[in-house]
Amino acid sequence: MTNIQALESRFQAKVDDEVKIEPKDWMPEKYRKTLIRQISQHAHSEIVGMLPEGNWITRAPSLRRKLGLLAKVQDEAGHGLYLYSAAETLGVERADLIEQLHNGTAKYSSIFNYPTTSWADIGSIGWLVDGAAIMNQVPLCRCSYGPYARAMVRVCKEESFHQRQGFEILLTLSKGTEAQKEMLQESVNRWWWPAMMMFGPNDADSPHTAQSMKWKIKRFTNDELRQKFVDVSVEQAKILNITLPDPDIKWNEERGHYDYGVIDWEEFWNVVKGNGPCNHERIQTRVKAHEEGAWVRAAAMAHAEKRSQRNSKKEQVA
Amino acid sequence: MKNQNWPLWEIFIRSKQGLNHKHVGSLHAADEKMAIENARDVYTRRSEGVSIWVVESKHITASDPSEGEALYEPANDKVYRHPTFYDLPDELKHM
Ligand SMILES: [Fe+2]
Ligand SMILES: [Fe+2]
Repeated sequence: MTNIQALESRFQAKVDDEVKIEPKDWMPEKYRKTLIRQISQHAHSEIVGMLPEGNWITRAPSLRRKLGLLAKVQDEAGHGLYLYSAAETLGVERADLIEQLHNGTAKYSSIFNYPTTSWADIGSIGWLVDGAAIMNQVPLCRCSYGPYARAMVRVCKEESFHQRQGFEILLTLSKGTEAQKEMLQESVNRWWWPAMMMFGPNDADSPHTAQSMKWKIKRFTNDELRQKFVDVSVEQAKILNITLPDPDIKWNEERGHYDYGVIDWEEFWNVVKGNGPCNHERIQTRVKAHEEGAWVRAAAMAHAEKRSQRNSKKEQVA
Repeated sequence: MKNQNWPLWEIFIRSKQGLNHKHVGSLHAADEKMAIENARDVYTRRSEGVSIWVVESKHITASDPSEGEALYEPANDKVYRHPTFYDLPDELKHM
């Protein structure tokens, strides 16, 4: 056995024994690369994910709703920061990750490239988008890479408030006027399929899943998670008195799960490739915020340097 | 100036009086004052802490995991450091 093979088999033995991998431990280069890509994509998704909801903060229908939404969007910023810091433990620079987002080489979840055209969308995002995110994230709390797993524990603790505030918005609409009920149904009609796509391609078209599961980065396949999401969402939709926009949803006694229709993967890949309704606008907004903040970052650094020089002079005098 | 990071800080939080400060993650800040303010916003939004320590990451020296065996194995065969190593009769109370 070569040295690398020996290291690799020791690494795999640790993973098999559920021993967490920490930043300074030896790890295969591909494991490191996979994690950097996954964690930074995840971080970017949290950051870009603030934009569709930010759109409604000033127009929330009550102070209660505004407070809830503000707190949720602030949490998403926090999630982005936990995740960037987890990615940085693998030897990448924050500034480079941000640059990759801005120049389009890094991806983020395609769900955030859809517009929020009605207030009900804030409810639908909390219910379906955060709901799908929770399905994905809970197993990540047991990911083999320690810093990622720990970041996900913090994230998951905060997510349940996000989903509940969303569902409460929808529940209120479901008990409202005819116009409010229509707004609710119309919104869910638009968000259902993009939320279903959040779990990624079908298992048959997901060539990296096997390796990620062996490394215990992933614990369930895309289709397994998607099925769980369908099963809980169908029941929850009944409480809202709405229909899900999929005529093929039907209880399958034999499988013990709900069957569902075929996802429009052409739409999915089209949005991933940058042609969704808001891809351009989302990145433009991020770049603008970053560029307009450049002088603030520079000024803070200049101030810090000046202060530390002044302090070291004082020490010399004393 | 474009791709320059603010320095990285490691954040330690005391979750309540009487407990140790515990590492929770890291963040970027221009100086220690900003690091504490940012740590407050990033890591204690739900009263997770009563005290924050920030240490610039470059000041941390860590043990080398590949030397783990050499460092920690010597303790494994020193069972006499544990109370259960000593044989005493059951009648003996309060010990
Ligand atoms: Fe989040
Ligand atoms: Fe969330």
